Amino acid sequence: MGYFLLRRLAISLLVAITVSVIGFSLLRLSGNLAESLAGEDASPAQIAETAKAYGLDRPFHIQYFDWVTKALQGDLGQSLFTKEPVIELITDRIGTTIQVACYSLLLSLIIALPLGVLAAMKQNTWIDRSALSIAVFGQAIPNFWFALILIWVFGVLLRWTPISGTDTWRHFILPTITLSTFAMPQFMRLTRTGMLDVLESDYIRTARAKGLSPAVVLWKHGLRNAILPVVSLAAVAFGFLLGGSFIVESIFALNGIGYLALESIQRQDFPVVQSIVVFISVVYIGLTLLSDLINAQLDPRIRLH
Amino acid sequence: MEGNTPKNTSDHVLDVRNLNVRIKVPAGTLHAVTDVDFHVDRGETLCIVGESGCGKSITSLAVMGLLPRSATMTADKLTLEGRDLLSVTDRQFADLRGDRIGMIFQDPMTSLNPVYTIGNQMEEVYIRHGKGGRKEARERAIYLLEKVGITAAASRLGQYPHQLSGGLRQRVMIAMTLMCDPALVIADEPTTALDVTIQAQILNLLKELQDEFHMGLIFITHDLGVVARIADRVAVMYAGLVVETGNAEQVFSAPMHPYTQGLLECIPIPGKTVRGSQLGSIPGIVPALIGEQEGCLFRNRCSYAREACTDGEIDLETGGDQHGYRCVLTPEETVNHIKKAPNAAVAE
Repeated sequence: MGYFLLRRLAISLLVAITVSVIGFSLLRLSGNLAESLAGEDASPAQIAETAKAYGLDRPFHIQYFDWVTKALQGDLGQSLFTKEPVIELITDRIGTTIQVACYSLLLSLIIALPLGVLAAMKQNTWIDRSALSIAVFGQAIPNFWFALILIWVFGVLLRWTPISGTDTWRHFILPTITLSTFAMPQFMRLTRTGMLDVLESDYIRTARAKGLSPAVVLWKHGLRNAILPVVSLAAVAFGFLLGGSFIVESIFALNGIGYLALESIQRQDFPVVQSIVVFISVVYIGLTLLSDLINAQLDPRIRLH
Repeated sequence: MEGNTPKNTSDHVLDVRNLNVRIKVPAGTLHAVTDVDFHVDRGETLCIVGESGCGKSITSLAVMGLLPRSATMTADKLTLEGRDLLSVTDRQFADLRGDRIGMIFQDPMTSLNPVYTIGNQMEEVYIRHGKGGRKEARERAIYLLEKVGITAAASRLGQYPHQLSGGLRQRVMIAMTLMCDPALVIADEPTTALDVTIQAQILNLLKELQDEFHMGLIFITHDLGVVARIADRVAVMYAGLVVETGNAEQVFSAPMHPYTQGLLECIPIPGKTVRGSQLGSIPGIVPALIGEQEGCLFRNRCSYAREACTDGEIDLETGGDQHGYRCVLTPEETVNHIKKAPNAAVAE
């Protein structure tokens, strides 16, 4: 286990370094930063001055190490637009995003796991087919469109839920449903497929031959084996919910990090964009590591690799 | 745990009469097991022999109550220690499984759950059947692991299946099956997936344990060499039917059914079979068992086949000596055939 952990940590660190280099380079490759910072009508002299002020005239690797050293100390620079420290902008906004992501992940798993298990148990019955239909529906409809429908039905027609903002838990209902509808089908299908495989396996037959109750056979001997890929997917999905939910955040006016990223891109606020990209990536890496550790805990064979 | 309540010794541990299993498949109804009779006593080993698809595994699953949902089972009698298994509920049947009747499967590499320790899997069956708490279960597990010849038994309990070799895993499976001291153990080809040297060890182990725990043993195999080593009685199955049954000695020394004869031709006998000579083989393939079957199902592969083989049902002829076979030939005819052409019976 010690060796396994060390290996995973080392790999994660390497990925984090790679991502930070790519994240840092992308913005610098996307155009002359000094030019855009200085404004449209700036003279070459002004541009040179701006470049100097922001340290953009230095060699690339010096800029990178300077940025990394500061970032590790919690200094991600200042927003060009609001002049606030980027780290504060992110910490202010990340709470909302994490909240929505957690709710959505939780709701999808709560629905997907039992539904997936049930569909596998009742393979090719109407239960199985309905579960699959729900999955296809969830995966096929576009996020933003479904969000609008929800707003129209529950917010406008029925007036059950608020449609924008983050003041109370009720504000999170519609965004959570929207995001879960997208995430749930993948979990459901993976659980179902995994469970179908597992139910055919010899050790399930052994468990039944031992007279164990159907519940123990299913939940103890079945699910733990079937759930491994679901854990990995959950990590990826959670990362996606963090970084990819900006459409949903804009629709429901959730002041999250996705929305911040969108704003900052439009304002060409490059320290913020760059920090968010790297921040989300690091969270992603952390989640992948976490899912690997959970899986290693669930299946001892994984600890060997 | 030791010191079982004395059972009626005249009663069979398992008594099966007229067992039929039908399985619904896309092409129709598969007659997987037809009119199968057998019984096992305490301390006795019954070998069910036959090639793949002959219904031997389905028979054992039927006895365990573990048939797939697409299968339906009927029988005139199915009793375990005098208890009628045909009338028990699913829950009552589950109470007996793992407790009074246990099963050892073919592939030890996949029969244990990879994500739980050996100890966990052994103890759970003991606790499930209310034999005692975790502590007693642990003690029983250590005791049995030592019984099946596993060293450092206590430390093995914390190990996972993938940390053990195939032979060790099968020993663990055997120990696990004995946790609740069952009256009957069904072993479905328990040595097929193992190395030859390990096979012999496992066979000896099963025999020893059977003597010690005085249980009935149904041993399912396609390997007549194995049968010769451990069987008290033999039931040869072909196409879902028992085609010959009797004491091991009767079946081996005087096989009456052409199929049994054919099977025996296929194995070399040390000292008898000439080195380099051709071993027998049974031509043809097992018929598809979809739909109602008529006559002798072996007739297409049988060199004695005649008109009488094609119609009706051929009963299991039993003399007074428990040796029965399903064939239209009279014993005299069969014996004559064998005398005339001892090796030509089934070759080519």
